[in-house]
Amino acid sequence: MAAIPAEFSSAPVLPKWVAPVLLLAFAYGVVPLVGSSYLFEAILLPFLALGLAGVGLNILTGYAGQVSLGSAAFMAAGAFAAYNFNLRIDGLPLIGSIVLAGLVAAAIGIVFGLPSLRLRGFYLAVSTLAAQFFVQWALTKFSWFSNNSASGVIDAPRLSIGGLALDGAVGRYLFALTIVAVLTFLAHRLVSSQTGRNFIAIRDNETAARIIGIPVLKTKLLAFAISSFIIGVAGVIWAFAYLRTVEPDGFDLDRSFQILFIIIIGGLASIRGAFFGAALIVVFPLALSRLGGFLLGDVFDSGVLDMSQRIVLGALIILFLILEPDGLVALWDRIRRRLLFAWQST
Amino acid sequence: MPLPSYALGVVEASVYAPEVLARGLPASQLSGGQPEDRGVSAEPIVASAPLLSLQGIGLSFGGVVALADIDLSVRQGEIRAIIGPNGAGKSSLINVISGVYRPDRGRIGLHGASYAQVPTQRLAHLGVARTFQNLALFKGLSVLDNVAAGLAYKVRSNFAGQVLGIGRSREERRDSLNRADQILDFLDLAAVRDRLAGTLPYGLQKRVELARALVAEPRLLLLDEPMAGMTASEKTEMASFVRAARDRFATTVVLIEHDVGVVMGLSDRIAVLDYGRKIADATPDEVRNDPRVIDAYLGVASDNEDGAGI
Ligand SMILES: Nc1ncnc2c1ncn2[C@@H]1O[C@H](COP(=O)(O)OP(=O)(O)OP(=O)(O)O)[C@@H](O)[C@H]1O
Ligand SMILES: [Mg+2]
Repeated sequence: MAAIPAEFSSAPVLPKWVAPVLLLAFAYGVVPLVGSSYLFEAILLPFLALGLAGVGLNILTGYAGQVSLGSAAFMAAGAFAAYNFNLRIDGLPLIGSIVLAGLVAAAIGIVFGLPSLRLRGFYLAVSTLAAQFFVQWALTKFSWFSNNSASGVIDAPRLSIGGLALDGAVGRYLFALTIVAVLTFLAHRLVSSQTGRNFIAIRDNETAARIIGIPVLKTKLLAFAISSFIIGVAGVIWAFAYLRTVEPDGFDLDRSFQILFIIIIGGLASIRGAFFGAALIVVFPLALSRLGGFLLGDVFDSGVLDMSQRIVLGALIILFLILEPDGLVALWDRIRRRLLFAWQST
Repeated sequence: MPLPSYALGVVEASVYAPEVLARGLPASQLSGGQPEDRGVSAEPIVASAPLLSLQGIGLSFGGVVALADIDLSVRQGEIRAIIGPNGAGKSSLINVISGVYRPDRGRIGLHGASYAQVPTQRLAHLGVARTFQNLALFKGLSVLDNVAAGLAYKVRSNFAGQVLGIGRSREERRDSLNRADQILDFLDLAAVRDRLAGTLPYGLQKRVELARALVAEPRLLLLDEPMAGMTASEKTEMASFVRAARDRFATTVVLIEHDVGVVMGLSDRIAVLDYGRKIADATPDEVRNDPRVIDAYLGVASDNEDGAGI
């Protein structure tokens, strides 16, 4: 932007890879040593799963401009597919089940992405609801998917990678962290590639994109496929590493909205934004219940908590849409720039 | 017919088709010497062969006749203006040529091939580029990436290769950035290279759109009101860019513009539309003095002069 004073550009900025590498070093080297099991179970595991789902949805909605309300369906598809691959194919390593599950989610994503070739915006969003309802219905209706368990509940298999058991809280955290780090890195590469720029071009002006020869239909379906793959794997993490026991109802429309809110609050078309949003969505109810309990005592029961959560969250979303449409990530960048500027002028 | 300036030797290589000329440019040498994917071999221009010919084009929207029985023939290397009052069907005509609209009747001939509807998805491969009446930039991309996007039709690497940085993806990227940079220099846009396109003032956005169209070195360039909303000096500048682009790339230009002064100075021939019909098609001087054009285009004024049309 023109408004950025020259001082900012002449600042001794660190190479872009430094911050993520430091963060990863911290996440691998420090967090497992100092974290409590509450931190892993209640905060970091859902944060990683939802953050990854946010990355997936952001590719589709933030970058390619295709609104989707079916994210939870793709998470469910991933979770149940991984469960079945793992159950039914002997000797398939866990990582193989996860990749195959991602591919199943991608295939379902392509099928439910077909309406995007004709529909846009609101109408497309409504048509992705079909995925949401269909997948949830199919998983409940056909008990084969849950190996004939009551009400479709599945239990996660033991987690291990290369013979290394990862069943404790720390192990599951490292398992999730590794998958999320790899996929996030690839997603980052994708959005800054030619394909990523094609996504943005289609989002910003589909007719112009078609005129200059971007294969619009193919690119849209690719966005659905890649997005659903990532969201599907996020579903596996959700089911296998975080909850350990899931049922189809856990992947309902509320969850789809939750992921949409994550990218709106965190920042559309930003990989980092998905994690900012996920952090807020995960930490916010915990903080609210602590605060409510502290201020109101026993009156603040789970019913009140649930209601106040919805109210505050709704208000937050409206506030963000009005005041900071680019999300937490833009807010963060602005604050950082201010601090840097203040630091430099001293 | 006034000779196009390139035919007078302004550009040495210009007796050859654009792809030959293009290969002589440093930008294209960087593309690794790959032949342009346009499916037509380089042959000397036959000065009289039309690059674009419309026959009996008719198009209506519900009851509104946007185009009625339009014939149009545009020669290689010419700058052809299309003028007419608001709603005359000018944009519709460009949309028909670029395949955005399918005409109800008639055929579109583009260097040899004939279409009922031009295949938009293949437009860039056919050597046709266009700009839009309303800005159609990719607001979320930098100026450089907007212009480089004009070469998207050539990309052959797939997303996996791009993500992993293998195969031809790096080379493709380097090549398209080089070419985009050259066009930015050519159109004096280098200073805003890294700005987000959506943050530029209107006049510059129009110019970036021209750059995005030009980077593919099209044989046919369709410009829908490239100077709309500009100041007089911006218009003059834009007109000189259009002329320079034609001279440098031997591009044929079809141009919609309301400012008759600009049009008269810039174009080799002018077609005039009124209520979807073509009422004149001649040199600027002939059009200027055509009573039907004066009637239609400046109807009220001439009526009033006669004192008859009140
Ligand atoms: N997509 C469309 N749907 C319905 N009507 C249309 C459409 N496009 C054009 N028209 C109608 O066709 C007629 C010609 O429109 P067009 O945009 O081609 O005019 P124009 O000469 O470009 O006008 P202007 O100088 O205002 O840009 C107008 O009556 C317009 O309302
Ligand atoms: Mg128009």
